[in-house]
Order: sequence, then C-alpha cells, then structure tokens
Amino acid sequence: MATPYSQARRFGRLAVPVLTASALALALAACGGEAPSGTTAGTPAEKVTLSIALFGDFGFKPLYEEYKKTHPNVEVVERVTQFNDHHNNLVKRLATNAGAADIEAVEVGYISSFTAQADKFHDLKQYGLDKRQSDYLDWKWQQGLSKDGSKLLGLGTDVGGLAMCYRKDLFEKAGLPTDREKVAELWPTWEQYIETGKKFAGSVKDAKFVDSPGEIFRAIVNQAPVGLYDAQDQIVVGTNPEVKKAWDLSNQLTQNDLTAKLAAFSPPWNTGFAKGSFATIICPAWMTGYIQEQAKDATGKWDIAKVPGGSGNSGGSHLLLPKQGKHPKEAAELIDFLTSKDNQARVFKEEGTFPSIPALYDDPSIQSFTKPFFGDAPIGKIYSDAARSLKPQHLGPKEGDVRVAIGDGLGRVEQGKQTPDEAWAQVISDVQKIK
Amino acid sequence: MATLQATARRRHRRLVRHTLDLKLSPYAYIAPFFLLFCAFGVFPLIFTAWVSLHEWTLTSDVHTFIGAENFTTLLGDGYFWNATFNTFSIGIISTVPQLVLAIWLAHLLNRPLRAQTFFRITLLVPNVTSVVAVVVIFSQLFGRDYGLINWMLSWFGIDGVAWAEGTATSHVAISAMIMWRWTGYNALIFLAAMQAVPKELYEAATLDGASNLTQLRKITIPMIKPTIVFVVTVSTIGAMQILAEPLLFGAGSGAGGITSGGPDHQFQTLALYVYDLGFNKFDFGYASAASWVMFLFVVLAAGVNYLLTRRMGGAFK
Repeated sequence: MATPYSQARRFGRLAVPVLTASALALALAACGGEAPSGTTAGTPAEKVTLSIALFGDFGFKPLYEEYKKTHPNVEVVERVTQFNDHHNNLVKRLATNAGAADIEAVEVGYISSFTAQADKFHDLKQYGLDKRQSDYLDWKWQQGLSKDGSKLLGLGTDVGGLAMCYRKDLFEKAGLPTDREKVAELWPTWEQYIETGKKFAGSVKDAKFVDSPGEIFRAIVNQAPVGLYDAQDQIVVGTNPEVKKAWDLSNQLTQNDLTAKLAAFSPPWNTGFAKGSFATIICPAWMTGYIQEQAKDATGKWDIAKVPGGSGNSGGSHLLLPKQGKHPKEAAELIDFLTSKDNQARVFKEEGTFPSIPALYDDPSIQSFTKPFFGDAPIGKIYSDAARSLKPQHLGPKEGDVRVAIGDGLGRVEQGKQTPDEAWAQVISDVQKIK
Repeated sequence: MATLQATARRRHRRLVRHTLDLKLSPYAYIAPFFLLFCAFGVFPLIFTAWVSLHEWTLTSDVHTFIGAENFTTLLGDGYFWNATFNTFSIGIISTVPQLVLAIWLAHLLNRPLRAQTFFRITLLVPNVTSVVAVVVIFSQLFGRDYGLINWMLSWFGIDGVAWAEGTATSHVAISAMIMWRWTGYNALIFLAAMQAVPKELYEAATLDGASNLTQLRKITIPMIKPTIVFVVTVSTIGAMQILAEPLLFGAGSGAGGITSGGPDHQFQTLALYVYDLGFNKFDFGYASAASWVMFLFVVLAAGVNYLLTRRMGGAFK
C-alpha cells in the first residue's frame, strides 16, 4: 500500500525494536526448520516461509490466506516497521548483506535510492514479470526500473492521487458549504484554500483549519512538473520557484494561525483526529484508511472534495525482491499475486489504497464504490479522476532526507522559532549537506 | 632416604606451584573481563578513531583517508555545538536536583521505619521500568493540548505550554524523565553508604543538640564523601550519553524532527546527534569523529566533577 500511512505508527516506533526482533526470531526459527532450499524449491512437499517487510498495514493479510489456498506450502510472515525505520533498516541490510526480508516494500520517496543499487535486487524479468507492463500506469512502471532502465526491480502496489478531506460538521459551524462539489468550488487554488481557512478561523475557535503545513507542502510540490530534484538527479530546492511557492503557501497557513501544529503521524496528531482538532487534511487515497482508523466514532462527519491546485501524487509503494532471499522464485510469484489487478481492487475497497492499474479506473465496481464513513462519498470516482490526470514527477535518490530538512524548517516557523526567511536559509544549508 | 628426598622434592614443587598460583591466578581470574573489554571496548574505540580519519559511509565500499578533515568540519558545525550545549544543559538540570533529592531521600530512609524493605524496593521500581515506557508516559504527561501537566497548570492560569517546542521547556521535560528513573537508584546507593556511618556519631551529635539538618550536613555528607564522588562521576557519564529519552520524546511528542531532536534541534543531545549521523545519514566517518570528541567531553566533565566533589568533601572536614 501506501505511504507514510504508518509513519503513522510513529508511536509504533517504540514497539518497533521488540516487534522486529520477535518477527526476526520467528522468521529465523521458520528458516531453521526448513529443508535445504534452492535445489528442491518448488516441489510441492517443501515448506517455504516468505517474509515480507512493510511499513504499515498494507491490507495484505486476507490475501495471504487466499494465496495459501493455491500454494499450501507457502507461509507468509509479515514484518511491520515504522516508516522511516523501515527504509533505514533496508539500507543497512542491503549494505551488510544480511537481514533483508524476502520481499521488501519501498515507498516512492525512497524508490530511486534503491533502484540505483540494482545489483542488490533480483531482476523481476527473470521471473517473467515484465508481462505485467501493460497493466500499469506507465510512470509507476518506470519508477520500478533500475536507473539504466534495463532491469525490473519492483512492481507497484498503489498510487496516492490527491484529494482534500474535510469535516462537514466543522464546516457547517463555520457557515461554509458542506456539499463536496460546493466545497471544491471554494478552493480551485491554494490561495483560495488559505482564504477559506481565514473565514473558517473567523467563526470557529475550538478547532483549526488544517493539521500542519508539512503534508500540504508535499502536496503542492507534487503538483508541480518538477519537484525537489531535476531529471539529472540534482537537488533543485534552492532554484526551483515551485518549491519556494509551496514553501511560502505552507507558511501562510502558519502565519494566519490556521494550523493545529500537529506533526503528521505523531501520537498527538492521532489524538487530534479523535478530538476533531482540525477541519481539513490533505488526503492521498491511502489517507482515507488512516482517517477511518483514527477517527473511529466520526462516521459521516468526514467528506472528500477535490484538492486545490490540480492533481498530483503523494506516496504509493513498490514491492522489491532483494537478492539475499532464499526463495526468489516463490517470492516473485507472491509479488505478482499481491499486485494483481483483482487484488489491488480488493485492497482498495478494504483499505483505501488506490490501484496503480489504469484499467481499474473505468471498472464499474470501482467507479461506483462509495464509503459510508465519508458520507457515501464516491471515493472510487474521486481517486480514479485524480489518478488519471496525474502528471508524474521525477523523484531523486535522497527525496526522503530533503523532505525531512524542509519539514524541520516548516516546523521551526510553526513553533515560532524563526521567520520564514531565516528558516528557508537554514533549509538551503541543510539540504546542501545531504550527500 | 629416598622417600625423604622424594617428599622434599614434592614439597618444593608444591611450593613453586603455590607461588605461581599466588602470583598468576589473580590475573587469570580477571582475564575474562579484560579479554571481553578488549574485544568490545578497546577495539571499537581504536577502530572508531581509525574510521574517523576517513570519508566512510555505509553505502560506499571506498574509504578515502582524509586525515583530520572530519574533525575540522565538526569544530565548525553549529549542530554539533548545539548538541553539546543541550547535553550539558540537560545534564545539569537533571543531575544536580537529582543528587540533592537522592541524598535527602536516603537520609529520610536512614532511620528505623516500618516496612523498610517496601520503601527501599519502591525506590528502585522506576529504575527497572523500561525507558521506553517511561518516555511514552512522560511524553503524554507533557503533551501540549491534552497533557496532564498542562491541565494542572491551567488551574493557575498558565495555558498551553508547548513543552517539546521550547528549548528550556523540552530540557526540563527530558530531565524529569531522567530524574524519575535514577533518583531512587542513587538514593539506595547513598543509603547503603549512610548505614555504614557509625551510629555513635549521631548519638553524640544529638546529645550536643545538633539538629537533623546539621547532622546531615556535618556528619552524613562528609562520611559518605567517597560514595558521593562515585555517584557524581557515574551520573555525569550517564548524563553525557543521554540518547533514548530525546529520541523517543521526539517521536512521542509530535514536535517533529525525530533524530534531529525537534525541528530546531532544540533537544538533540550529543549521543542523538551521533546516532543521527551514523544510523540515519550513514556517514560513519563523521559520526566516528563526533563520538571521539564526545568521548573527550565525557572524560573532561567526569574529571572536573571528580575534582570538584573531592574538594567539596574536603571543605566539610
């Protein structure tokens, strides 16, 4: 699935060492019990345990059960780690050649740093998975290729087409329209979104307009043709006017006191959902599942409208096959299964992460799909439209680190430590240090 | 005769063995520690020094020798000095009140009490609690919007203190966690030392009309001086290496910037900075240089405190 969806579980990071350790122990124990593998792989009697490392709930669990029906000898063990740790650990495990799972999920912000290390992963073409090319959105497919384009390293799971989620009850309180079409008319541009926020703040005192500027910044940058990197993998934060524009807009939210100052995916942010501390939040498809989980008793209060500023992509993942694994053939088959057209559709309906297979966007069962939690919003149609009109953006190898540096800058402004200009100067110098 | 000679030889041999045993055995007994210490203490120390002289990252197999360049960069690195300041600030805010409180607690317990064992064990409970659990709970207590502490402060008209956001406030919050965990532990060590102070001294002082506080100042503290020196030294070293508290506080408080200790690095300690460089940015060469300088700081701080506490003890005599 998704994205920082479970960066989400930053709280979960606390449990991470324990979980990872126990998952590892399980995996090891399982491996230890196996027959010598490789030579006899594929014989029906042999038991194969595949570990799959994810950074949140990808909604795969029911799929493993189904997979077992056709592959009774395959046991799947899921290792879930918090977002940043997951990708950090993968870097370490590849460098030390030990500890990687049979299948590793990689979020789009990190994908180029791993596709640059093509020799650490199996070429999925060896397992015939290049047949899947026609299924995929072209740019999603390209992101999974090695840097020189010759090898297929990862198959996409989902894409994060953008929308804006909002609380109808808070909008009503502010005297704003609540109908999703009317709400979308409030904010064709981000400037108008901020104006709406000011109106909101004028009449509602016990809630803020938006959670925090960080994810808004990411969304605005993602809507631009060029983001943090240019096509030659050079960081262009300092020179790209689109980045500066996103920075200025995000800071206007802060300066007009429209944010609840809740850093995304932190425990207080989770509490904020439950308490209704903010009225809008940027909503890539995977976020819908997250809201539903965090704001359990808010059924019908949330709704989804078009995002300001046009379409863009935020998040989405690929599944990769590290060379360390003992059962690449079985793991490749599982990747094929988990990313299949039917299963992507199924995961979307259950979890909210949106398919990267365009044929599904016209599928009537997706087009007509609604969710009661979001006031029966036609989320299938909303995200299909968003995904169809996506303009892909080139993402560089240290995308994640650059984003953290900018996020810290926005945080300093939000916490009143620096003026936007001071913070920007520090961001530029921090970004220059990223190697 | 033959048997006599044989006995003498045997006796001589036994004597040699006995001498050897006396001279060598002690070294053999402590050898396991030193062997392990060499493998896991000395070797990493030297290897880190070696790494610090290189451009050395996890993702590259090429390690270029660059001499002292990492160290010169470090001296001009604002974040490093910021982390140094934070470390000393948190160290002082946590250690000084902690030790005063520990001595006072030990003094209170150093008298006939009912259920003594219960009180002593209770002192140790915070210390055996997992640091993760402690920080999770404290991060919630120090929460900005729904934290218990802010709720109580609101009774006095103080509203919405953003503990994790400010430099001073975040240092206080982190120090509170450290104090919670270590005050009782140190109190127990002080208590053990206090019990070895001869009771006659207190009896004599009581006869002379010395108050409880005077007895603490004039008898107890000078008598347990070696223990105080020990505790101060160990606490200083501990405080210089604070890592888990700021790391988890950053994750749990929602201030943002996890390994950077808040977006403004406001509570990034030296150990956390080294962790960020090494295991987040994978810049092992630079991280090694930072660890070595940090090591020197620890030695320096421990040495200064050792001298200070020894002198303090002398003044009482």
